[in-house]
This record gives sequence, C-alpha cells and structure tokens, in this order.
Amino acid sequence: MMTEIDKEYVRTIIKGDKRPDGRGFEEFRNLKIEQGYVKNAEGSAMVTLGKTKILVGVKMSIGEPYPDSPDKGVLMVNAELGPVASPDFESGPPRPQAVELARVVDRGVRESKSINMEKLCIEKGEKVWLVAVDIHILNDYGNLIDAAGIGAIAAILDAKIPGIKEDGTPDIENRKEKLDVTQIPITCTIYKITGKMVLDPDLKEESAVDGRLTVTTIDGSICAMQKGGVCGFTPEEVYKAIDISIKKGNEIRKKYFK
Amino acid sequence: MSEEKLIKNDIRPDGRKLDEMREMEARAGVIDRADGSGYFRLGNTIAVAAVYGPKELHPKHLVDPVKAYVKCRYNMAPFSTSDRIRPGPNRRSTEISKVIKDALSSVIFLKEYPETSIEIFIEILQADASTRCVGLNAASIALADAGIPMKDLVTSCAAGKVEGTMILDVAGIEDCEGEVDLPIAYVPRKNEIYLLQMDGIINKDELKKGIEMAIKGCKVIYEKQKEALKNRYAKKGVDKK
Repeated sequence: MMTEIDKEYVRTIIKGDKRPDGRGFEEFRNLKIEQGYVKNAEGSAMVTLGKTKILVGVKMSIGEPYPDSPDKGVLMVNAELGPVASPDFESGPPRPQAVELARVVDRGVRESKSINMEKLCIEKGEKVWLVAVDIHILNDYGNLIDAAGIGAIAAILDAKIPGIKEDGTPDIENRKEKLDVTQIPITCTIYKITGKMVLDPDLKEESAVDGRLTVTTIDGSICAMQKGGVCGFTPEEVYKAIDISIKKGNEIRKKYFK
Repeated sequence: MSEEKLIKNDIRPDGRKLDEMREMEARAGVIDRADGSGYFRLGNTIAVAAVYGPKELHPKHLVDPVKAYVKCRYNMAPFSTSDRIRPGPNRRSTEISKVIKDALSSVIFLKEYPETSIEIFIEILQADASTRCVGLNAASIALADAGIPMKDLVTSCAAGKVEGTMILDVAGIEDCEGEVDLPIAYVPRKNEIYLLQMDGIINKDELKKGIEMAIKGCKVIYEKQKEALKNRYAKKGVDKK
C-alpha cells in the first residue's frame, strides 16, 4: 500500500525535474525478455521490467473461424491480475483494470496486423487455429501495460504452430513452423505526474500518476491508443506523447527484437 | 473487395462532407425517477443516461472519506444492433464503462461529496457507431441535470479514416469498412482531452488532423448540450405557474 506521504514524496521530486531512482524522464527500468520459458506453451516470454514480472504464454487450438472472416485464424488476449502479484488484486472474475489491460494489448497486436491470420486457416469456413495469448502477472511493481505489451509480442514471436494428429487434434510434440509475424508493435505509455510526462513508473511513482496515454507503434506509424486515468491531455501534449512513443518504440524494437 | 469507392469527390456515402457531423438532438430530464437524466441522439445512435446521487455508497468498503465514489455502467440494449447482444456485461462494455467513468470523474468536484456515491447509468437504445461518445454526451447532460458541480460539460465525438481520408463522425458503412476509429472526449473550457482511444494504422499527421476535426465536432455538441439544459429549466419555470 502506498501512503499519501509516498505520493507527496514522488510529486515533490518530479516537480524538481528528477526521479526518485535517478532515472531520466524517458528512461525505462532494466528490461529483460526470456523467450521459451514454458515448454508446454506454443510460445512464451518472461518479461522483467525493473521489479515488475510478467509471464505471457501462447496456446493454440483448433476451432471454427468467425463467420465474417472464414479464412482467418482467431486471436484472443486475456490478462490475469491474480492475488499472487499484489495485495491490491483479488481472485475472481477479471475486474475492469484486467479487462482494460488485455484489450489494450489485444488492439496493439490486432490492429498492427502483426500476425498473418490467413496462414492460420486450416480449412476455409470450417477449421482454423485459435491463438490464445494469456498475460499472467507475477509481480506488479508498476507499468504493467508496457511490460504486458512487450511480453505479448515476445511470446508471439516465440510461438510455433503445432502439428495436427490423425484425429484432428493439435500435436504439440511436433511443432513445426513459427507464427508468421510481420510487424512488431511496441506499447509505450506516457504517464503524467504533476504535469510532467514520464515513462515506465515504478510502483511508488505509479501511485502518484494523474493520467496516462498508451501509444502502440510499429515502424513510425501508430496502431492503437488508449487514454486512462483522470487527468486530461491537451492536444499538444498528445502530439508530444506520440513523438516520445515512436522514439521509444524504435529504440526497444532495435535493442530487443532485431 | 469491390472497386467502388465509398468517398467520391469528398462526398460520403450518406451525402455528408468530410468534416460534417450527422444531425443531432439533445434533451435533459427524460427519466423521472432519476436525480438527473439526459438523452442524446447522433444520427441513428441513441443513448439515454440517468444519474442517481450523491447517495449512500454500498458496499461500505468502497467508501472514500475524502471524496465521492463514481460508479458507471455503459450498457447496450440487446436489440440495439443488427445481431442481438447477450444481456449483461461483457469485456467491451466493461472497458467502455471504465474509460467513461475516468473521463467524467475528472470534471466532477468529487471532494464536495465525501463518503457518497454518484451513479451513472448509460443505455444505448440504438447503435450506429460512436455509441461511447453519444453515451458520454448523454451522461454529461444527466450529471448537470442532477445539479452535480462540474468544471465543465464533457463532450465527445469520433473521427475516423476511410480509404485513407480523415473524416468526422463515422457512421453506417464507413464504420464497417473504415480503417481507423478515433473517439475522443474533450472539455472545451480547459482545452483538454479526457478520453482518447484509437485503433488502426495511422501516421502522426493524420492523427493530428483527426483530433482537430473531432475537437471541432465536440464544440458543436457542447452548444447542443447547453441548449438542452437551458430548455429543460426554461420549461420547468413555465410548469410551476
């Protein structure tokens, strides 16, 4: 639990153009991505961002396509904020925070047209691959959105399509091709604390956040955005936030995904 | 894919210009039981909103000793779209309820009503794109009608990208075929954006154009909302005689 004193402490330091841990405003904490963490998953990635820990797994199964896209696979993104990760999380059905997290990550992957969904068609109108991306939060130490977005694309890049057994079920012993991934969307959220824009707040800083704007980018273009929290952004602040996200997205893409 | 273009010579399928909104209607005081209520129609999208409170908050553990707690529910009527929607909350409506709640919480003077709840219920009766915007516009009217002190009315509308062209207030076939949807909520007095969502591939210049267009649309809506509130209370004066 963060106290009012913690919040005031963060606000005072940020007002003085510094951060409690000495980072620059546009500097991320240390990021580590370990792919292939779970052998039973078609793809997985453990993301460590400072002390925040998220494990993302991809499982694939065979099912029916949607009637309006009979020759395309189906993507599903889900997030679990279980009680293991924070005293603020409770078990039970997903709360609005988890739903929003999953849907923001989902839109980033879906709208960037990152996965070639046509290659996931087995039999047009009958059988396609269903790709389930599950975001499992293990330790909430701030900025879950960006860590989850990066984890999702890392797990998707790691995923291999199972073979198909004679009875028509997936054969995970014989995984073959990788998923056809054409774009790498990177989620970068701009947080406003006392009117200043900072990236990647840790837990203490996050308690002082007034509002946020998540921008998911692919090479120079934007593919999804979401504003959250109660403080507003002027149009100029939105444009500035986009520039920061594009720059940071390119940086992360270059360092971790090339 | 048909070769036929949706937008020809800057004229859209329903005859509108690129930066033209659909016609709209706003009313205040449409639900008698509520402490405040509003109705907003934008073309074929219709929303009503009711506000109850400030009132006692249940469950008790949510009580905040320094400010009011805002509850918000966005709900689509099962018959509001071409395919029936299963009643009850789903992931989409949960997310929309949350972003609308955030947008409205930022303008309400919550500290005026500690330990209470302010409850906002939005019902989409008929849907033809921009349901979250129309719902938000109705909810703003309802909050003002309930006499809840606010910094300003929240206004909301959407821009979009169809066939590479930025347009204001996407509707009908543009909504199905369009590449980008960009709903925003804007507060004219503060020149700030309180809700912004976007999906689809877009560059910065297009986004800027979309936001500028949507802000222009919001300013039109703002006048309609104020007019609705004035009409409501002008009428009340007459009723009392």
